[in-house]
Amino acid sequence: MAVSVDEAVSTGPVRDHTSPARRFGGRGRSVLEIALLTVLAVVMLFPVLWMIETSIKENRDVYAIPAKFFDFTVTLDHFKDVFVASGGRSSLSGSFLNSFVVAGVSTVLATVLGVPAAWAYSRFAVKAKKDQLFFILSTRFMPPVVVVIPIFLMYRQFGLIDTKLGLILIYTAFNVPFTIWMMKGFVDEVPAEYEDAAMLDGYTRLQAFWRFTLPLLLPGIAATAVFALIFSWNEFVFAIFLTSSDDVRTAPPAIAGLIGGTTVDWGLVAAASVVFALPVLVFAYLVRKHLVAGVTLGAVRR
Amino acid sequence: MGTVAAHGLCKSFGKVQALDGVTLDVPDGSFFVVLGPSGAGKTTTLRAIAGLEKLDAGSVHLDGRDATGDAPAARDLAMVFQNYALYPRHTAYENIASPLRARRRSSSEIAAAVEQMSSLLHIERLLQRRPAQLSGGEMQRVALARALVRRPRAFLMDEPLTNLDLKLRVEMRTELTRIHRSLGATFVYVTNDQVEALSMADQVAVLKEGKVQQVGTPAEVYERPANQWVAGFVGSPPISLLACHAEGDRLVGAEGWTLPRPRWTTAEDGRPLLLGLRAEDLSVEQRGDASLSGELYGLEPLGDRTVVDVRVGTEILKVKARPTVTGTPGERLLVTVDLDRAHLFDAGTGLALSEAGR
Repeated sequence: MAVSVDEAVSTGPVRDHTSPARRFGGRGRSVLEIALLTVLAVVMLFPVLWMIETSIKENRDVYAIPAKFFDFTVTLDHFKDVFVASGGRSSLSGSFLNSFVVAGVSTVLATVLGVPAAWAYSRFAVKAKKDQLFFILSTRFMPPVVVVIPIFLMYRQFGLIDTKLGLILIYTAFNVPFTIWMMKGFVDEVPAEYEDAAMLDGYTRLQAFWRFTLPLLLPGIAATAVFALIFSWNEFVFAIFLTSSDDVRTAPPAIAGLIGGTTVDWGLVAAASVVFALPVLVFAYLVRKHLVAGVTLGAVRR
Repeated sequence: MGTVAAHGLCKSFGKVQALDGVTLDVPDGSFFVVLGPSGAGKTTTLRAIAGLEKLDAGSVHLDGRDATGDAPAARDLAMVFQNYALYPRHTAYENIASPLRARRRSSSEIAAAVEQMSSLLHIERLLQRRPAQLSGGEMQRVALARALVRRPRAFLMDEPLTNLDLKLRVEMRTELTRIHRSLGATFVYVTNDQVEALSMADQVAVLKEGKVQQVGTPAEVYERPANQWVAGFVGSPPISLLACHAEGDRLVGAEGWTLPRPRWTTAEDGRPLLLGLRAEDLSVEQRGDASLSGELYGLEPLGDRTVVDVRVGTEILKVKARPTVTGTPGERLLVTVDLDRAHLFDAGTGLALSEAGR
């Protein structure tokens, strides 16, 4: 229908229906809200803030008593120490590289295995589907610390102790059920008729999935992969039990290993922690649009 | 060529028997309508023909060749879905081009075919839009164009007009009939709207609970329903059914009325029957001697006519009358019955009595 500009853009005062009293009450509440949220933010963010501060303080400021909040000397030496040791790369930088490899590969594997599985569970009549899905989910019921001993024994048999492959496999095994469950929800939201229509157009089942369903799943895949990546990146228990050498060890146990001994280089610990936290923050920030789309998919359309 | 033959289709979803031995023979070039209420198995039948549903039993033959196990792509059929199923991230142009792209046609050939289809369906100016930017009627046309852009064996249409508003639906009915005539192609068309079935079909198959009740031309299905259920489902207002039995040369109603027994009735005396009377075969004007007495129950003015509800005992007769008819509820009146056009069904089985003598 054609609507003229005059009709479409109303000139009358229709925009604001809120009465002044209601608005005043609203503003009063929001001041209280802001105050409470500020307090909460300070409490929650203080450790993060302190970590960042420590990472850029000179050593004598780090250990100063009373603690220095503002007037300290800024230095990036700790960050340099994270990556560079005397005569080459530091062992910490190797750990970060290991973390990248292990988390990245296990996330890719979990996605490549989990997305088609989720699609199959969503689209096909699988025998005892609910039981299978429950079984898949049940592998996540046990916390890592419970299963780490049997896995350690198994890994010793297979020679997977202290290998990156071992960590990749166990992280993939932990991420696949999560990927299947999360992705099944996303696939359920995409009408099966797109694939039906594509098959009648002359495409095969797999082509129909690849060309028409998969592009619609990308926000969901991004969201799922971020969660899987964060799990693998942060994982500590398996990493500390199943690895020992610096060549294999990932960042979380390596950073934890800095604490202990007679003296603790808190500046280095803080800098390493900042470096460790950064990739997850950046990645989550980059895909935040997809994360929101992933979380709200299905709530809007349909 | 484009014959579709489905034989003994059976399909159950869990405990629900969706198809229970459905057999359809669609002749080449016909407009074949599968009519039934929701849940009758119409869509499942269509999906089985398309190869989207795996059958428990039965076979599908296309052009005489067994295609039961074939993948949908191998069947060379085109389908219009009830919700259109347009690819949301593709433009209308790409949606229409999709069947040709799947067949790796050259882009100049595709452009020509899409252009031809879009002018046939008057959607030239919509081609660069995405489905979300189209109205229901426009989406419907794009979906139709996607099916029509190539020449498949047969076109399958799953309630394509259901989601349109009434005016558009009437318009598209005419247009679909026109397209069918100009293509001369085989259409298998599923609907729950008897008006669509009666107005568009060459052949109608009436489906109920996964079983074919009757196959025939629209006139056959309307004039000679195979059973009480078809009689009740096809026709608006619905046919009135009165319990009765034959006694000599009379029909005696359970409510005490009597009518002359139609000459063609073969039922033996005393067998419980149902007398089916369509609204247009009844009249509140005195026109013959076969009449029922009842009282006015209500009036439904419909513009071009008025449906008079007449209560006979505990049963309601729907009577078609002039739009000018008036009356007050409770008033006694006589309903003239055109017995030559009446239907008789066995009350037990619901099947129509033989009308051989008619």
